[in-house]
Amino acid sequence: MTTVPTPHRSRRRVPTAPYLFILPYLLIFLAFWAWPIVSSFLMSFRDSRLGATAPFGLANWSRLVGDEFFRTALRNTLLILALQVPIMLMLATALAVALNSRLLKLRGLFRFAFFAPLVVGTVAYSAVFRLLFNTDFGMVNRGLTALGLGPVDWLNQPGPAMAVIILAMTWRWTGYNAIILLAGLQGISEEVYEAAAIDGATPWQQFWKITLPLLRPTLLFCVVLSIIGTLQLFTEPALITNSGPGNATMTLGTYLYQQGFRSFNFGYASAIAYTVAALAAIFSAVQLRLFGRES
Amino acid sequence: MQAQRRAAAFWLHLALIPLALLFLAPLWLMLVFSTHPETAIFSPNPPLWFGGAFAENFRGLQADTNFLRTLGNSVVISTLYTLLSMLLTSMGGYAFSKYAFPGKNLLFGLILATLTIPTFVTIIPQFILVARDLKLSNTYWAVVLPTLANTIGIFYMRQAFQTVPNDLLNAARIDGANEWRIFWQIALPVVRPALAALAILLFLASWNDYLWPLIVLTQKDSYTMPVALGTLVGLTRVSWGGIMVGTAIATIPFLALFLALQRLFVAGIAGGAVKD
Repeated sequence: MTTVPTPHRSRRRVPTAPYLFILPYLLIFLAFWAWPIVSSFLMSFRDSRLGATAPFGLANWSRLVGDEFFRTALRNTLLILALQVPIMLMLATALAVALNSRLLKLRGLFRFAFFAPLVVGTVAYSAVFRLLFNTDFGMVNRGLTALGLGPVDWLNQPGPAMAVIILAMTWRWTGYNAIILLAGLQGISEEVYEAAAIDGATPWQQFWKITLPLLRPTLLFCVVLSIIGTLQLFTEPALITNSGPGNATMTLGTYLYQQGFRSFNFGYASAIAYTVAALAAIFSAVQLRLFGRES
Repeated sequence: MQAQRRAAAFWLHLALIPLALLFLAPLWLMLVFSTHPETAIFSPNPPLWFGGAFAENFRGLQADTNFLRTLGNSVVISTLYTLLSMLLTSMGGYAFSKYAFPGKNLLFGLILATLTIPTFVTIIPQFILVARDLKLSNTYWAVVLPTLANTIGIFYMRQAFQTVPNDLLNAARIDGANEWRIFWQIALPVVRPALAALAILLFLASWNDYLWPLIVLTQKDSYTMPVALGTLVGLTRVSWGGIMVGTAIATIPFLALFLALQRLFVAGIAGGAVKD
């Protein structure tokens, strides 16, 4: 990707043009994105509660360390991350390979089936999943009962409630990742596979020795994107399980919302927000170090 | 060899067909449930095919949430956001792609550096700015303004403008066209397919956005559709048939659009995501 330099003639004639083109975006960017990043960092050191007098200090951060609810939210978020992201990305990779296969008939129809969830909003599908996993009347329990497996009290037990959230997220986001991976697959030249086939490599060997290594940058991109997304999980636990039962599905996202916009404790919520940012940075850096070498 | 391929194809379809049905099931049930009263949805034999209660469910939903009003809010907000965001990101992307100027790398580096920062970090200062300083709560601008800082869009449009030949722009310069006219009348029409894909994704993102509108919209009449539906889900009084009508109306236009423009959707998502 090279940028061809603009000829000197035009650059001399209109030196202000590029700045004017960027200016509107830049103003919005600075006011609503760059400054808030700094501002919320500063806020995390301020006691923002009504009537608070302490001007500047580590009060929010030390409270965070000892906060039992925060620990629960952190544990739940990391648990969902550790389970959901690998499951989803394995499924998405398998789907992308399958959808890319020349053996597949009616490819368009299959693509529609797997990609359709990505136009559904989080509120809409959260409502649908809440209804489907209703203990007494939900379709899922009716299906399980018909199979002789008995009903599960999905939304009122910690483990099953977590499972519903993971299932819902997997349903919603697998197709999205599969599209990105499919684009990555289509960037791999046919000739590499033909050469491997001539050398007698089985499809299974081709997948492990060619597809996966060449897909690695795309896969890495999906991993980082999914991690950042999952760390900010809000709608599903808010609408499917109400963070419950108890606080069993409370996440950093729902806790931040509660502290920031229910208790209006902006300083403490900022500390939670920066914990999310720090986790995102650490996980991304680790991923890049472990899997980002070469290419 | 031929038999082996046929066996592989057989197993591939055997695995994919049930999985595809499983992926379509929630959507199917959402559509079906929107046409049944709650008693049918919660009956021992829940319906799998359409019923006749759509209008009745819709009336209930309208009574509970002023649904048409929230639908109108969503349309205005998403349209406003899409148009403005397309304008801002294509202007910015054009400058980063087609000009050499002092500070370019610094500015682009600054934008690049914030790309992986979670939006949670900005949400509280944004709220303070919008609600307290600008006093915009419950307005369209409260929802639209902060989300206009769309970093991915800048990258996407920068990529798109790389494909426009510089000779084309220089020829127009020699003919005496000014820089804005070159951008507006020559460069922009060339990248129209990329813009169309971006427009769909921007509109969809705004249409489905929940957390930010939930924070800045506090009056019932200013709600967007997801916010209005979200308030219903937690309640027990409102019928599930009505909620399914709302979710179906929020989803069906995009399912139809997706069926018609699948290629554009896929290109947009893949193009916005894969950078090289």
